Amino acid sequence: MTDKSGTMLYLDGVSVSFDGFKAINNLSIIVHPAEMLAIIGPNGAGKTTMMDIITGKTRPDDGQVLFDGRTDLTKLDEAAIANLGIGRKFQKPTVFESHTVWDNIEMALKKPRGVFATLFYTADAADIARITEILETVRLLPRKDDYAANLSHGQKQWLEIGMLLAQDPKLLLVDEPVAGMTDSETVETAKLLKDIAKTRSVVVVEHDMSFVRELGSRVTCLAEGSVLAEGSLDQVSANPVVIERYLGR
Amino acid sequence: MITQALFRALDKRAIWIILILLVVAVAVPASNLLLPTGHPLRLPNYVVPLFGKYLTFAMLALALDLVWGYCGILSLGHGAFFAIGGYAMGMYLMRQIGTRGVYANPTLPDFMVFLNWKELPWYWQGMDNFWIAMVAVVVVPGLLAFVFGFLAFRSRVTGVYLSIITQAMTYALLLAFFRNDMGFGGNNGLTDFKDILGQSISAPGTRAALFAASAVALAFAVFACSMTVNSKLGKVMVAVRDAESRTRFIGYRVEYVKLFAFVVSAVIAGIAGALYVPQVGIINPSEFDPANSIEVVIWTAVGGRGTIIGPIIGGILVNVGKSYFTGAFPEYWLFALGALFVVTTLFLPKGIVGLIGQYRAATTKREQHDRGDPTPRQVEAGVDPQPNPAE
Repeated sequence: MTDKSGTMLYLDGVSVSFDGFKAINNLSIIVHPAEMLAIIGPNGAGKTTMMDIITGKTRPDDGQVLFDGRTDLTKLDEAAIANLGIGRKFQKPTVFESHTVWDNIEMALKKPRGVFATLFYTADAADIARITEILETVRLLPRKDDYAANLSHGQKQWLEIGMLLAQDPKLLLVDEPVAGMTDSETVETAKLLKDIAKTRSVVVVEHDMSFVRELGSRVTCLAEGSVLAEGSLDQVSANPVVIERYLGR
Repeated sequence: MITQALFRALDKRAIWIILILLVVAVAVPASNLLLPTGHPLRLPNYVVPLFGKYLTFAMLALALDLVWGYCGILSLGHGAFFAIGGYAMGMYLMRQIGTRGVYANPTLPDFMVFLNWKELPWYWQGMDNFWIAMVAVVVVPGLLAFVFGFLAFRSRVTGVYLSIITQAMTYALLLAFFRNDMGFGGNNGLTDFKDILGQSISAPGTRAALFAASAVALAFAVFACSMTVNSKLGKVMVAVRDAESRTRFIGYRVEYVKLFAFVVSAVIAGIAGALYVPQVGIINPSEFDPANSIEVVIWTAVGGRGTIIGPIIGGILVNVGKSYFTGAFPEYWLFALGALFVVTTLFLPKGIVGLIGQYRAATTKREQHDRGDPTPRQVEAGVDPQPNPAE
């Protein structure tokens, strides 16, 4: 493939199989710094498995996974990868329900993660300002003292995006961010993600075509664990193979 | 930084619990020692070590709650750490008997003379020194928890599988301590103690001092637990309990968080065991019985897990009930304990403390309803939400 240096995420010839089933088959994807990539594809195309591989939950059988052009992600565990600067938002919003909105962000804030550093941690003025700023961005400041369990589905999605921002990652992996959101929330989320992508790399997995159009980014269509088509949304959705395998007629 | 962490430990509730414990630490011995016999407020001699024993049980329940209620690790072998702390204290007490034993051997405890041993095994060396024994009380349970926890958490053994191996751990120790050649008195354990720090162990003054030490140790454990759970680390512990893999994905090493909680908990349990032994006068392998460890889980559940006060209330109340029942209706105690667990699980998932919380929520709701306020959002911190694992 192309040059590895200067890429934020570099997957080359990645394969993984579960009990003989090839979930990912010779997958190659490149994401550049401060670039957004939308990934579409039918269920079972391997989108979530791809994220599992990048974040260290699943080890690939074969292939290269590089972060920032040099760090081999296949050798690291989840915590190490998260601390390198890869943040992940899950398909199902997973926030810490018995903590307040504020505490959720505070825990995600980029700070030393060691046991004793965490035990003796006290939020300083800069941290408080940063948490306030993030809560403003995701519009949850008025609800900062509420338990995350009491947020609506859409608000939980936003809180999780806020937690991603707090981690200050270089690369964000966002799995179906607008599931369960109203139309206006969807538009807002697209705006927010586009904003984030000005300074960071963002990979969005999404089914909602109008949302992907809203993002206006490069699109990759996956099917059966490998890349089916790449290009702008119009190019991809005009591709006859994509129409047949995914979009339908 | 550290001072702030210390201050944070003293939230309003923890201050109250610690103050009450310190008052009790003074009041109970004072009532027993200072008031004349027959005075209505005087606690009889037998009550002091009995209450002292309840306090050590409360401490054990608090230790379990730190790992179970806050970090989601259901240990069914916490009695093992308690027993090991107890054995370390027992070894010291055995060495204090000296020539007053049946065989009057100045160094070897009776059971070693009986087994025809000629010299003290290496691990009994130095245990006649109180402070060395106290170091063992803290270090040995902590070390066992560290090694066990390191292996288990690193391999990501969780949930019921972890519970089963903790159970296996305490059972293995039970069988090991039954063996005479382990050098811990086999089946009979360690008993027939005479002195502690040069004072007769059965003297009312010593008993009162042991009671006070138990209350102070429990207060200290409350402080340590409160400091931990009020810190950011405590929040991360709860996060691990509720969504372990999510916690990993924001960059925390879950295994170390669990290991920290497990070791602190084991040390607290070990100190509780060390205070238990001189007050009951015996330590034997039955303390390793898995059933004992399960009982601790019941105390914690009855009191209310995920709170600091809950396990203390549970540990004391259930054991007061046990003392009463085993005296009044000895054959029904186990039925009562079983029924208690069933009732708690079915009707009081948050324990006695949760019941108070529910009552409070209901009254504020009614008040707000009367005032026409909208329903308050409820969901209490520290109690089990829906399990919500990432993925």
